[in-house]
Amino acid sequence: MTVLTPQGPLEGLDLHHGNLKLSAVALGRVSWIAPYPGTETALSHALQAACSMSFPGPGESRESTAGRILWSGRAQALLIGPQPSAAIEKCAAVVDQTDGWAAMRLTGYGAARALARLTPLDLRPSHFSRGRTARSLLGQVPGLIIANEDGFEILVMCSMAETARHEIENAMRSVAAREDIPKEPA
Amino acid sequence: MLIPCPLCGARELREFTPKGSAVTLHRPGEDAGPEVWHDYLHLRDNPAGPSRELWWHGAGCGAWLVVERNTLTHEVTGAHLAEEEAGP
Repeated sequence: MTVLTPQGPLEGLDLHHGNLKLSAVALGRVSWIAPYPGTETALSHALQAACSMSFPGPGESRESTAGRILWSGRAQALLIGPQPSAAIEKCAAVVDQTDGWAAMRLTGYGAARALARLTPLDLRPSHFSRGRTARSLLGQVPGLIIANEDGFEILVMCSMAETARHEIENAMRSVAAREDIPKEPA
Repeated sequence: MLIPCPLCGARELREFTPKGSAVTLHRPGEDAGPEVWHDYLHLRDNPAGPSRELWWHGAGCGAWLVVERNTLTHEVTGAHLAEEEAGP
């Protein structure tokens, strides 16, 4: 029998330009969670019981041994990793979006400068510190950006993954090219 | 122009879409007379100065905002969630 291997939209992505590196991230299961009105506290308890995490506030993310949960807009978050428990599904709308998202990680010195060419976000660590999430634009592609210890994780809708990769690669190339310009003597 | 989204913080104009005057948050009751409905549907002030507008943060958190903006200076003086006025 033919064995079919599942493939992600950014399968094998591994780009290097100057100090910058862009690689694909395998997220595993992605569940979109939106609490029904008035159930935020109950949902946090259910999440705590199932995954040892509370529901994140605006721009926040939480991490535990079970997985991660990323704020992804008004009254919604993405649960990455675990299967949502029945208690979670009772107090929130839950949709399996595993095949809907593509994730990549941009790391290296100057990662913020490359992303700043595409997004209107203020990426300075004082404003966008480690663990913060933000919905914004990458060029024309809407996405979710997460600040990591050594760069950024970028989630975009699967259908726009190739456009996002192209835009980010152009930005990486431009930043790397500027680093190659010899400094003028003072 | 930066709009201070209560969920996302100050964000640039390109993430937002304007919808016009925030009067549409306060819809007349079903039993209101035709004059009231006519006023609600068609008659708008055109203020030169402080205004209240609906903006959608579509490329951000997806929330509808009531933005207070001065049409003479383009100064944005505040923003809050539309659901606080109209209910979720």
